[in-house]
Amino acid sequence: MSARARKKKAPQWQSELCLRVARDAIWAASSALAGKVTMTKLLSVADLNISFGNREVIRDLSFEVHEGDCIAIIGPNGAGKTVLLSALLNLIPYKGQIRWSPEARLGYVPQKIAADRQLPLSATDLLAAKARFLKLPSAELQLVSAELGLTNELLSTSIGALSGGQFQKMLIAFALMGKPNVLLFDEPTASLDELSEEHIYELLHSLQKEKGMTMLLVSHDLSIVYRNANMVLCLSSKGKTCMGPPKEVLTPAMLEELYASPPQYYRHVHERERESGIAQGREK
Amino acid sequence: MRDQGLLLVLALFFSLAAGLVGCIALMRRMLLAGDVISHLALPGLGLAFAFKLNPLMGGAVTLFLGTFLVWQLQKKTGLATEAAVGVIFAAALAIGAAVTPSEDLAESLFGRLERISPGGFLLGLTAVLFVVFSIFTLKDQLSLSIFSTDLAAATGVKIARLDLYFLLLFSLTVLVGLRFMGALLASALIIIPSATARQLTNRLSHFFLLAVLASFVSVAAGFLLNAFVFKFSTAGPTIATFAAALFSLSLLGRVK
Repeated sequence: MSARARKKKAPQWQSELCLRVARDAIWAASSALAGKVTMTKLLSVADLNISFGNREVIRDLSFEVHEGDCIAIIGPNGAGKTVLLSALLNLIPYKGQIRWSPEARLGYVPQKIAADRQLPLSATDLLAAKARFLKLPSAELQLVSAELGLTNELLSTSIGALSGGQFQKMLIAFALMGKPNVLLFDEPTASLDELSEEHIYELLHSLQKEKGMTMLLVSHDLSIVYRNANMVLCLSSKGKTCMGPPKEVLTPAMLEELYASPPQYYRHVHERERESGIAQGREK
Repeated sequence: MRDQGLLLVLALFFSLAAGLVGCIALMRRMLLAGDVISHLALPGLGLAFAFKLNPLMGGAVTLFLGTFLVWQLQKKTGLATEAAVGVIFAAALAIGAAVTPSEDLAESLFGRLERISPGGFLLGLTAVLFVVFSIFTLKDQLSLSIFSTDLAAATGVKIARLDLYFLLLFSLTVLVGLRFMGALLASALIIIPSATARQLTNRLSHFFLLAVLASFVSVAAGFLLNAFVFKFSTAGPTIATFAAALFSLSLLGRVK
């Protein structure tokens, strides 16, 4: 290309870029506005009933999830938290209605994997298998690994040799392949030490804040629930449910009812309240 | 030996399929259930011999019937499955031994070296190539489901269908091996080479490669040893023994 031609070309190219930036900005602003007015409904659950044989695990549960929500699912052991996630993923039979919006792309991080740690599989084998199965672009694996700080060395280690934290990160990476916009996260830190736990939650937080990821989070840890969730869905072992913002749902009385005798949860809540200033606010 | 040229070629191709199928079966922890499937060929072989039908046809019928049975059992887990598989195993052998004319029993159990027709060769070759192709296409789905059925299902893998597909591939492989390995040893080349390879590596690609290699070498060495040294009426026992010897050797090079 001659110098003159290049000179001629440049302004046109720049104006095109300007136009594109402006268009994107308008689109972003309008969609943000639209989001405020009518948040996109990603999931609606109505009259959900799940039972195993004669045992009723979930009874008449109805709720909705909107884009950007972080819903914490809490409740004592056996209340059906994992069962609920399994039903939402269509892994188990249920009665009632579970309707995902067509825009929802799900990522699932299970609580624990019954996988045989002796399998000759590495993280790369699994991530690449998912990428090929879903026909994802080949760069996706590198992208997700880089995002989670999974080194090449770690990726090629067989899963049996990974630490609890590394294994969990691998599961998160697995869930993030395919760019999900909804993450179903079951007890993300159940088997981790405190340090890796903190790390996983930082990661969660950044996914939520930076990517606007919608989340359904099963957690026992109420401080985490306070920090991340805008809604709490509680399941009790008697099939009773409640739903609302953390401040409203996580009252000592409610927790008492939910967890028969909850000294440690009780304390947790008070600590959080003091930190976040909610308690002081109420005292005034 | 010259009469068995085509059979040897088919057997070598079979070894490739058997090695691959074995790797998946080992990772799915269903080697023994698979073994039972192969024994289910016996009643069919016996009945075919008794009624002077094509033994492979008879074997195929009970084999695929058994596959369906094991698939149904697999959907339920726990002791009941294990017990049922054990019962089927014993019953299949007993019924097979009872219905097989005694002069054909050894052949049913251990296979026979025989001239193979070009048609039979082509049919066998097609089956083997189909198995190899299928394993390669399904490799990703199989890996995911082996790791976690829940995660695989959440990713979109149809688990029950995949299970049945794999069992059918397993049975098809056994069916090809039936001719020269017999009902008792048809699954030996599925079981032993994969176990050998597992001792030697923790990497998936190496695992597949080593299993195929061990299987191939076992067939080649077994055939040659039998043709020039032992001169039995079937190469099956020699092949299986050679595969087992390789396994013993692999214990020396075991990785953690």
